[in-house]
Order: sequence, then structure tokens, then C-alpha cells
Amino acid sequence: MERDEMLRLYHQMALIRRLEEAAASLYQEGKIGGFLHLYIGQEAVGCGVVSARRPEDRVITAYRDHGIAIAAGMEARTVLAELLGKATGCSKGKGGSMHMADVSLNFWGGHAIVGAHLPLAAGLALADKYNKTTAATICLFGDGATNIGYFHEAMNLSVVWELPVLWVCENNQYGMGTSIERASAVPEIRQKAHGYGMPNARVDGMDIVQVRKATEAALKHVRTNGPFLLEAVTYRYRGHSMGDPERYRSHEEVTKWEKNDPIGIFHKYLIKNKHATEAELEQSANQAASEIQEAVRFAEESPDPAPEVLFSDVYVKEVG
Amino acid sequence: MPIITMREAISQALWEEMERDERVFILGEEVGVWGGTYAVTRGFYDHFGPERVRDTPIAEGTIVGAANGAAMAGLRPIAEMMTINFAFLAMDQIVNQAAKIHSMFGGQMTIPVVIRAVGGGGRQLGATHSHTPDVIFAHFPGLKVVSPGTPYDAKGLLKAAIRGDDPVLFIENATLYQAKGEVPIEDYIVPIGVSNIQRAGKDVTIVTYSKMLQVSLQAAELLAKEGIEAEVVDLRSLRPLDMQPVIRSFKKTNRAVIAEEGWRSYGIGAEVAVRVYEAALDYVDAPIRRVAQKEVPLPYNRHLEQLALPQVQDVVEAVKGVL
Ligand SMILES: Cc1ncc(C[n+]2csc(CCOP(=O)(O)OP(=O)(O)O)c2C)c(N)n1
Ligand SMILES: [Mg+2]
Repeated sequence: MERDEMLRLYHQMALIRRLEEAAASLYQEGKIGGFLHLYIGQEAVGCGVVSARRPEDRVITAYRDHGIAIAAGMEARTVLAELLGKATGCSKGKGGSMHMADVSLNFWGGHAIVGAHLPLAAGLALADKYNKTTAATICLFGDGATNIGYFHEAMNLSVVWELPVLWVCENNQYGMGTSIERASAVPEIRQKAHGYGMPNARVDGMDIVQVRKATEAALKHVRTNGPFLLEAVTYRYRGHSMGDPERYRSHEEVTKWEKNDPIGIFHKYLIKNKHATEAELEQSANQAASEIQEAVRFAEESPDPAPEVLFSDVYVKEVG
Repeated sequence: MPIITMREAISQALWEEMERDERVFILGEEVGVWGGTYAVTRGFYDHFGPERVRDTPIAEGTIVGAANGAAMAGLRPIAEMMTINFAFLAMDQIVNQAAKIHSMFGGQMTIPVVIRAVGGGGRQLGATHSHTPDVIFAHFPGLKVVSPGTPYDAKGLLKAAIRGDDPVLFIENATLYQAKGEVPIEDYIVPIGVSNIQRAGKDVTIVTYSKMLQVSLQAAELLAKEGIEAEVVDLRSLRPLDMQPVIRSFKKTNRAVIAEEGWRSYGIGAEVAVRVYEAALDYVDAPIRRVAQKEVPLPYNRHLEQLALPQVQDVVEAVKGVL
């Protein structure tokens, strides 16, 4: 990675962290409704994976999507506006936290039914293959999603049809309150690729440098040889969603992982290898904080969608 | 005008649209090498090749899901459910993805997908393989649900579905595949969401669609022999539902029977009857009657099965009941 790229990613990770903290406060204030799933702790995965793509590569993910949206190039203000349900949000206030997308950025959502976007990803990749482009589709999903039928159907189909899709499992070790040991027949998600004869890899998802490297290699494979399963081992620091009583894990366990903070790890790496100075990184982090402040203001000041749009976009052309 | 079967009409629509538009392709179980379980796509695989006539694993959720994804990316997939009974396994992709994605992302993505599914009872396939669940799917805004009763409508509606930008569930009735009718050689479409008077009459309005259209037309013939002129309205599309021709007819006849193959409870009969009452209460000369399937899982035994399914005689009696 070039130095500029590393600094850009450091900034992006800090931006996501601040954005999610701001979202948590807005939720506490009652300004965000519904479910809110924070990405804090997993930033290295989204930023590392998505930064490895070419512009023509598609990205699609589950409902824990704010960080992926930012990594895909969405502005923080657009994410926050959607969280507040505003007309200026990426989905015009109709999607909310779990349904962010920007097709112009080749970011295809934000999907809230566990596993349902895996076949969508297969279809996106099929379209690229059909049109004989060189694009790949990157599909991110959780460890819990690998226990649902959709996962297995999509793995199988992608191999049978040799689809250019990179399956990325963000293994944060829990699906809501159920640990991987209690829900998955095998302890490592990558093992599930074996049943489909699919090449696979497992990477430390707290280390963005490793994630990026692994993704580059995986994408190279995908473009020439078809699907690949990349497992990134990570951890979410906050509850599954807001208001999670977290009875399923100990405080010590969370603290242990917090010592392994992906932003901290990258920080140390940049300093140790003299890619950046402390002052530069501090400035980057401060800038992220003020960017988020500004974005929150934008979102709060944005208008609600007009009542007239209730019936728009149900069909492409309005029907009676 | 040539007279062809419903199967041929559907097959022609698919073939011509695939010739017309490179983005149109078919995926589903046994659609390719086999030629389609109901032989609708026979010859397609050899002509269009494996890229455009894609045999899939047995994975209904993922068949519709992959079709949805390909549609998001600009293709025009036609996903075939071997039968509509298996569409229950794809329910999530049909109602939660296809019907929602355009609206939920603020209009950014479109899902120009057609899901073809054959349904209906009467072939002794037992309870799991004999559903007419059309109304379940028609419940969801964002999805269009059409079900033709004639070869002409089948071809025209399917073409409209393929060319349109919304997701469409296209429901065929297996017992109609051999039904014959006039179909022009020239290209045409039948717009989705327009009900149609199939037979004119002044005494009573029969509202129906799909297989029950044919049953109702037979009933109307019998009634005519007794001097009762029934007007038969074919809904053709359950969502959007075009009530105008129904209301117009009812204001003339003041009596109506609604005939559907699915179960009565929460059915199309209930929906249409209430809409008639809402729009034309002053014109009601008799309570509207509904003809539908008996409320049991459809039995295998031929006699029992026919007993459960709505028959010509049921329509005749319902009509006499409102006169
Ligand atoms: C089909 C379906 N079943 C259940 C849920 C409720 N649910 C939402 S998130 C979740 C856990 C998913 O865990 P995982 O895939 O590991 O993702 P993570 O939340 O850890 O990012 C569940 C059960 C759902 N949204 N969809
Ligand atoms: Mg998880």
C-alpha cells in the first residue's frame, strides 16, 4: 500500500468510529428509530476489503452497513441523514440504518434479512459474467449467516456457475447472542468452503494491512478462477444492536478484544514503520471528529421526506 | 389468426422476447437440457445456449435471489419455479426482496424480473403440489401478479411482464396448457392491470380469472341455454387490480358471482365483493356469491379432489342463487 492510501484508510476507520459513536448518541436521544447495528471494532474488515476493489467491483452487505457504506465512498452526512430518516439520506429516508445503498458508488446495500443478499450477490456477479466484464462482486456477511440455507445455496451456485464473487465472512464470533461454538458445526467458517471445493483463507480481521493483502490476493483469484471465501476474524465491541443486555459474553472478553483495537493496531503500524507521525495521525482523527459533527448538523437540519413521496417508487411507473 | 395452445403461446412469448432483447435469459430447474418440466422451454437450450437458458441447482430461494441480483445489475431474468408450490421456499426473495428493493432504497434499483410459476389443482398431485396460492402473493405492494386465462392473454401479458421494469409473478395453470385460442402472428402486448370482458351479458356478472375463466365461460354457456345471459369479466391481473370493468358491469346487472380456484377464506372473492359494495352499494339487488375451493388440503383421490375443486355446476348454481 502507498503511504497516501494508508493515511486515507486510517482516516476512514476513524471516521467510521466517530460516525458510529454519533449514531449511538442520536439513538439515545430518540432521533434514530428502529434497529441500529454498530460497526465499532470491525472497521479494519470493511475498510481493508472494500479498498482493495476496482471501481467496477460491486459491494453488497448485510444490515451492519454504515461502515461499509463509508468504505464504499458514501459521505458521512448521507449515512447520518438516512439514519435520521431524512429526504437527503442515501435511500431518501425509506431505508433506514439497515438499508443503505448508493448504486452510483457500486454499493448495492444494506440487506436486513440474514443471508438473503448472498443470492443477490450471485445474481450481480452473474450479470457481470453474462456481460463479459471483468468486474467482481464482493459480498460481506456475518458468521451467523453461514448457518442459513441461503449461504449454502449461494456457495454451491457460485462454484457451479464459476461466478466472479468474493464471499467475505465478517466473523465477529456471535450471531446476536449465540456464539459461533453454539451455532456452527465447525469452529472456523473457512471450513465450510471445503464442502463446495472453494478456495478459502482466514485472516486477522483486526489488522487492516493483513485484510487488505488477503483481499487483493482473493480478488485476483476471483477474477480469473471464480469464487473465493475469505474469513476475517473480528469482534464487535458494542452490543448486537442498541439495547443489547449482553448476557452472552463477559466484560473481560470484551476488554481483551478492545486491547486489540483495529485502529490502535494500524496506528502502531504506521508509526513503527515511519509512514506517519503522531501529529499527523492526531490531526487525521481530529478531522474525522469535526467531519462527523458537521455531518450530524447536516442530517439534523435536513427535511423529512414530503408526505407525497409515500406512494412514489413502489413501482417504476405509478399504478392505480 | 392461428389457433395455438396456452403452452405454445407462453413458449412463443419467451422465445420472441429472448430474440428481441439480449438481456433476457431464463433460469430454473430443468429449464434447459430437459426442456422445461412442462415442456414450455423445449428447444430453447439448443437455440439460445447454456448461458441464456440456465439449469440451476434445486434451490428456489437462490434461483429467485440470483434473478433479483441480475435484474438489479440490468439484466432481465425470467426465473422459473418448477411449480408455484416450491415458490414458498422463495417467499423471502419474492416478497421481501423483489417487492421491496425498488422502494426501500428510494428508487435507486429496479427489479425487472419475471417469476414464472405454474399452479392449480386437479391433477391428483396431492395437497403439497396442488396449490392455487395466487392471493398470498397479490397481498404485497411492489409485486405485480398476473394470471392469464387464454393463450392470447398469456402471450401478451408475458411480453408485457418481460418488457416492464417491475417484478412480476406470472402464474400459469397447469390444466390450461392445452387450452386453445386465437393468437396473432404479429407482435403485441396485453398491458398488465387491465381487466377484460370475455363474454357480454346483461343478467349477472361473473368475475374470475385463469382456470376459472374457462370454467365460468362453460357455466355461461349452460346458463344461456336457460335464457340467462352472464357477463364474464376476466381480471387477468390480481395486482394491480382493475375494478372498473367489474363495477361498470355490476351497475348494469346488479348481481355478481366471483369464481376463483383458491380457498374462499381471505380470497379474491372477498376482496372483489367488498370493492363492489364500496363502489356500487346502491346497485346491489342480491348478496354477492363466491365460488371457491373447499377448505381442505386438496386430497389425492380423484373424486374427492374434484369434489373439493370449484366446478362448472358450482358457478351455475351460484348464479341462480343471486338471480
Ligand atoms: C432470516 C432472518 N432471521 C433472523 C433475523 C434476526 N437477526 C438479525 S441479525 C441476526 C444475527 C446475525 O448474525 P451474523 O450473521 O453473525 O451477523 P452480525 O450481526 O454478527 O454482524 C439475527 C438472528 C433476520 N434478520 N433474518
Ligand atoms: Mg456475527
